Amino acid sequence: MKYLASLNQSLGRLLAEDSRVVVFGEDILDPYGGAFKVTRGLQEQHPDRVLTTPISEAALVALANGMALRGLRPVVEIMFGDFLSLCMDQILNHATKFRAMYNGQVTVPITVRTPMGGGRGYGPTHSQSIEKLFLGVPYLDVISPSVFGDAGELLERAVRRDCPVLFIEHKLLYPAELISGNSDGMTITSQSDSAAFPVFRVQNYETGNPDVTLITYGGMGRFVPEILRHLAKEELRVLACVPTRISPLPCDILTEAACESGRVVVLEEGTLTNGWGAEIAAQLQESAWGELKRPVRRIAAPDSIVPTARQLEDAFLPSASLVEAEILEMIE
Amino acid sequence: MSHLEISNKTDGCDAPATVQEDDQSLTELYRQMYLIRRVEETLLDLFSKGRVSGTIHTCIGQEVCAVGVVGALDKSRDVLWTNHRGHGHFLAWTGNAEGLFAEILGRASGVCGGIGGSQHLHAERFYSNGILGGAVACAVGSAFAEKYKQSGAVVTVFMGDGAMAEGIVYESLNLSALWHLPVLFVLEDNGYAQSTPKRFEHAGEINTRAATFGIETTTMEASNASEVFSATSQIVSQIRHTMHPQVLALRTFRLAPHSKGDDTRSPEELASLRDSDPLPAFRAQLIRLGYDLNALESEVQETLERSLAVAETSPPAVPFI
Repeated sequence: MKYLASLNQSLGRLLAEDSRVVVFGEDILDPYGGAFKVTRGLQEQHPDRVLTTPISEAALVALANGMALRGLRPVVEIMFGDFLSLCMDQILNHATKFRAMYNGQVTVPITVRTPMGGGRGYGPTHSQSIEKLFLGVPYLDVISPSVFGDAGELLERAVRRDCPVLFIEHKLLYPAELISGNSDGMTITSQSDSAAFPVFRVQNYETGNPDVTLITYGGMGRFVPEILRHLAKEELRVLACVPTRISPLPCDILTEAACESGRVVVLEEGTLTNGWGAEIAAQLQESAWGELKRPVRRIAAPDSIVPTARQLEDAFLPSASLVEAEILEMIE
Repeated sequence: MSHLEISNKTDGCDAPATVQEDDQSLTELYRQMYLIRRVEETLLDLFSKGRVSGTIHTCIGQEVCAVGVVGALDKSRDVLWTNHRGHGHFLAWTGNAEGLFAEILGRASGVCGGIGGSQHLHAERFYSNGILGGAVACAVGSAFAEKYKQSGAVVTVFMGDGAMAEGIVYESLNLSALWHLPVLFVLEDNGYAQSTPKRFEHAGEINTRAATFGIETTTMEASNASEVFSATSQIVSQIRHTMHPQVLALRTFRLAPHSKGDDTRSPEELASLRDSDPLPAFRAQLIRLGYDLNALESEVQETLERSLAVAETSPPAVPFI
């Protein structure tokens, strides 16, 4: 099953099984079916609940808020993750506020889906990974499926959740095959975080402790099989820890994974400063200080903009070879 | 689309359905206006004594908008959204002075446990938020839900002339008309965006803007509660029938500051506004018609004092987890 098909079928199931589910976004009418085709075929089956909208991103999330407060389960598609900046007020000052500021008298079960990430040459305003702006927002879940497990199942879980969810997809993963079983020298297991979202453990060894713990999520997860394969040839045991709910963080699970090796690399596609890796590093120095053999190493994009030219974009975004080099340097 | 002007009549009690109904609605409208005025005067007094944390935005002078509009809604099914200046709307919707006092005084028995405060009030089908314009678009989403559920509800949202400078308001007008949603946008045009007069805020007319989206606007002075009530009743009934949004633009004015200490208007301007205060005018009109309002006013005052006493002795707010 491919990532795209998994998400598409998941939306189809949600619409078929729950009459409260409403799906809307820009350009999602069939036959076009959305800029990345995640909603293709849905509007023909559910014309009253799959709606194409004006280019009004702020109002789209507001619509979802108003619908959710009146009993529906809206799923909004924001065409490019970069456009989430236009939705910030509705997410920060509306969706995530109502339940708490009304003292628990309401819930706001909205899901905002959007693709992030570069690698397609779309340039500075259509290639970013800006989810870090939303990490740590109280009462917001940020979910990001990678290639491990079932992206569609995660989406169903997100939509059925009673809190606002930001669901971060990655453009380059849409055509990717999901990895569910052990393969290619990799052992895949999963643990559940406090809200039952899976945290995948992917390892290139069968027994003993890892030399390095690599923590990553979403689009960067696609590098994990390659990194593990290459480093196995160097006789390095690598444990990759891939949460699907990236905020709030599964601190206990990450701490355990960090302590197994004492050497932690955190990989994300967004820019470095004040990122996901920074928060993980801060939490681990509180929870695993005595167990860390090396400072936590963050790998991310530089604090600049995603360039359009292919060779510049390739150099800008973190790559598998960069991660391998950093890990080798850390081991030496 | 037509741009309807309703002239400001001096006598607001013409053409009642029955005399009895008219009596009831006129005194009820006055009772609510008087309650809102007294509650907010009490809140300002409490604030000046340092007993209110944060700030409050009163609608003193604008009570006609609250009681006239809210009185015309079906409280058993309609939905109401409002903004930072929402005490009047809340009281007209719920009559719950005790819950409002407790909320603003930071008590656990407040309508939101003291956590929301003045700008973040909630009751059944009543929602408010302090971000200008944001609730306008949420209201449109609520209207979609009500239409989808076939509840027959009309969703009303209050906004000020200040909010008419927020971009999301125009996204909301567009979507509500495009999708034929049962929304009543009530524009309380008090001429000021906080301390900034409208001439520094808006190019052109704000009342004609909705027309370009195919939304009819009714403009009137909010000087007579009965007239606003009648006009709103008619508009709400039309929206319920046509499932198409409308705007009710009410020209009104604040007699108190935006919040407190931020009133830069001249003493002459304020004095002239006080001369036009709709509350004493309404009182005089009712007395001319032969009503005795003393008992009603004493009853409101007693309710208010009792509500405040209960709120003030309630346990303090506890954190939301």
